[in-house]
Amino acid sequence: MGIQTSDKPLLERVKESEQDKFMQASVAKSQDAQHIKREDSRALLGNWEQWRELGEQIRQRALKYLPDYLEQFSDNVEKNGGDVFFAATEEEAVDYIQKVVKETGAKRIVKSKSMVTTEIDLDKRLLAMNQGLQLMETDLAEFILQEDDWAEPTHIVFPALSKNRDQVREIFMKLGYEGDNDPMHLARFARKYLREYFLKSDLGITGCNFAVADNGMINLVTNEGNADLTMAIPKTQIVVMGMERIVPTMNDAEILDNMLCRSAVGQKLTSYVTFEKGQVAGETDGPEHFHVVIVDNNRSRALGSEFQSILQCIRCGACMNVCPVYRHIGGHGYGSIYPGPLGAVLSPILGGYQAFQELPYASSLCGACTEVCPVKIPLHKLLIEHRRIITDQRHMQHGLNNLMMEAIGIGTGFPWLFRTAVRFGHLGLKPLASKGEVHAENFIKPEGSVKGGPGLVGGWADVRDLPLPPKNKDSFRQWFAKHKENQPKPGDQKANQ
Amino acid sequence: MKVVIFSTCVVDLEFPNVGIAMTEVLERFGCDCYLPKDQICCGQPTFNSGYAKGTQRAFRNQIDALLSVDADYIVGPAGSCVAMIREFPEFMKDDPQYADKAREVAAKTFEFSQFLWRVLGVENAGAELDGRATYHRSCHMTRLLGESESPYALLAHVKGLEMIPLENAHDCCGFGGTFSAKEPEISRQMVDAKVGHIVDTGAEILISCDPGCLMNIGGRFNRLGKPIKIMHIAEVLNSNVDESRISYLKQMPV
Repeated sequence: MGIQTSDKPLLERVKESEQDKFMQASVAKSQDAQHIKREDSRALLGNWEQWRELGEQIRQRALKYLPDYLEQFSDNVEKNGGDVFFAATEEEAVDYIQKVVKETGAKRIVKSKSMVTTEIDLDKRLLAMNQGLQLMETDLAEFILQEDDWAEPTHIVFPALSKNRDQVREIFMKLGYEGDNDPMHLARFARKYLREYFLKSDLGITGCNFAVADNGMINLVTNEGNADLTMAIPKTQIVVMGMERIVPTMNDAEILDNMLCRSAVGQKLTSYVTFEKGQVAGETDGPEHFHVVIVDNNRSRALGSEFQSILQCIRCGACMNVCPVYRHIGGHGYGSIYPGPLGAVLSPILGGYQAFQELPYASSLCGACTEVCPVKIPLHKLLIEHRRIITDQRHMQHGLNNLMMEAIGIGTGFPWLFRTAVRFGHLGLKPLASKGEVHAENFIKPEGSVKGGPGLVGGWADVRDLPLPPKNKDSFRQWFAKHKENQPKPGDQKANQ
Repeated sequence: MKVVIFSTCVVDLEFPNVGIAMTEVLERFGCDCYLPKDQICCGQPTFNSGYAKGTQRAFRNQIDALLSVDADYIVGPAGSCVAMIREFPEFMKDDPQYADKAREVAAKTFEFSQFLWRVLGVENAGAELDGRATYHRSCHMTRLLGESESPYALLAHVKGLEMIPLENAHDCCGFGGTFSAKEPEISRQMVDAKVGHIVDTGAEILISCDPGCLMNIGGRFNRLGKPIKIMHIAEVLNSNVDESRISYLKQMPV
C-alpha cells in the first residue's frame, strides 16, 4: 500500500467520506464509547497528568540518545542470537526481508499487525517477488481488509472500523463462510481459518510496540494473541520496527504499556502483553532464527528538527479517537495509512509535502489531540509548524486565498488600516449582503447578511451567514469614545459636587 | 482598578453589543476601563495559517497597544484570543525588544468571565434572564487557556436562567479561524453536528465566551433556518441587573 493510499485531492476524499454514512456513524459511536473507556481506565492510574509527564520523559530520553540506544539494542539482539538490519529506506527493508524469505525458502508467511510494514508496502511487494508465496495477515481487522482485496485501513488501531458486519460476512463468504452476520460466528470462523494457516506457516513477520535497549527484547501488545502465535510457531521470525520504537529499559516499557493500552482501547492491559527475544535454549516454541529490521524511511528528517516530538508517538490512536475532523472524514479522508492528527503531522514528514501538503490544514486546531496524547506531543502546534513551512519557507500557497491572508497580515499590523476596515466594513460588505428572514436572533441583523463572496469570504458563506458589520457610527469603538466623553472626569466640577 | 479592554478584531468589526456589555459589566464592578485605539488583533488568523513572518508586526503592535495604558489588568471577551496573548512570551522569547513586554502583557491578560470570577471574586453578577439556555465551551478557552469553570459558575447564578447541559460539549464546533473558510466542507459537517446537539437540548439561547464560535454556530443556524438566540456571556451577565443581587465568593477559586 505504501504510506499514500490515494492521490485524490483532500476535497474529493472529504466528499466521498460524507457519502459513507455507515463509516461516519461507526466512527462517531466508537469515539464516544472510547471516550468513556479511556477516561475511566486512565482515572484508575491516579494522577494521569503525572503519568503523561513520565511518558513524555521516557520517550524524549529515548530520542535524545537514539543512536546510543539503537546500538545497545542491536548489540543485545545479536548477543541473544538474532540478526539486526538497519534499513535507511523502504527498499532496503524490503530487500533484506526478501533475502530472508529466499534463504529460508519460506512458502507460507503469517503476519501480525504492523503499521510500518504497511508503510513500506511489504505484503504486496513480497507477493509480487515470490511466485506461489502465501501470506496472511492474522490480525482480525487486517485479515478482513486483506480478503477485501487489500482495502485501505481507516484507523491505526481499528483498521476495519469502516466495515459493518454484513460487509464482513460477504468478504468471509468468499472464503467459504456460510453463517449469519453475528460477530461471534464471524470471529469463530476467522479463528479456525487462521489457526489452520498458522500451523503450516514457516515464516512469521511481526511489528514491534517497544524495543527494549538494555536486553534486546521485543514488546508486543495485542488482544487477539495472533502476534504470539506468529512468534511461537514459524521457525523464522522477522520483526519490523520504526527506528523510534526504542525504550531504554523494561521498566520504561512497563510504564508505556500501561499508558498505551488505556489510551488505545481503554483497557488496563490488553489480553496479551509479550516480551520475546527468539527461542530460549531448552524450550520448543519461539523462532530459531530471529531477525530485526530497523526502518528509518525518512524518520530521521524529524530527528533534530522542530518535529522531533512526533517520534515520541506510541501509536495508540487516541488522537484519532478525539479528533472532530477525523470523526467526519474518517481514515480514508486523509489519504494516508497514518490518519488523524498524528497522520496529518507524520505523513508530510515521511511522504513529503508534495503528496501531503493539504493534511496540516485539515484541522480546526481545537487541541483535543494535544490534550489526549499520553506522551504529550503538541500535535496542534506541529500542524501550525507544517503550515509555517508550507507558506513562509516553501511558498507553496498561491492564488486568491493566499493574497487575502497576506492582506490580513498587513491589515492586522497597521492600526490606521484596521481603523479604516472598521469604518468601512459595513459599506464594503454591503454589496455582498442580502436581506432575509432572521433566525439567529441578536446576531443576524434585519438589514441583511453576507451569503456569498470571493475566496475565503465565499468559503465562509458557503456554509453560514455572516452578519453585515455595523455601520461605523454603531461600532464598539464609536460607542466607547462617546461613553468615555459622557463619563464624569476626575477634576470635573459636576463630578465633585 | 484600571482595566484595558482588549476588544478583539471580531468584536470591533462585527459585535459592538459584546464590547458594550462587557464594558458595562466591568464598570459595574468598579473597573475604570480604557480602550487603546491602536490595538487590532492577537494575530491568530495569519499565525495559525502559517504566515509567521507576516504576523510579527501584528504581535508587536498588539503588545504596544495593550501596554500603552498603565493598567492593572487587560480583559478580553474571547477565550481564544486571550489564550493567544498568553502564548506571546513563547513566540517573542528571542526578540530582545519584546520578550519582556510579552511576558508583562501575558501576565495581566484575562478572559472576561475568568476575570470576574477569579480576579474580582464575583459570585452573582446580579443578572436576570428568563429562558432555557445551553453553553458552548470553546476549545481554546478550555484546552489552551485552561479555563473551564468560570462561565458555568457565573451562569449558575443568573436569575431565571435554566442551563441545559450540551451533549458532546468537548467537540469543536468547526470554527477554527481560517479553517472554517478554507475547509468549508469539513467545517460544515462539524458545525452541523454541533447545531444538532444544541437543537436536542431544546434551548432557546446559545451562550459562549468566544465570539468566533458564536459567529460560526449562529451563522449556520441562520442558514438552516433554525431559531436560536445568540448571546455572549457578557450580554447575559448584563441583562436586567439588580445590584442588590450581586454577591461575592467567600473563598476565591484556586
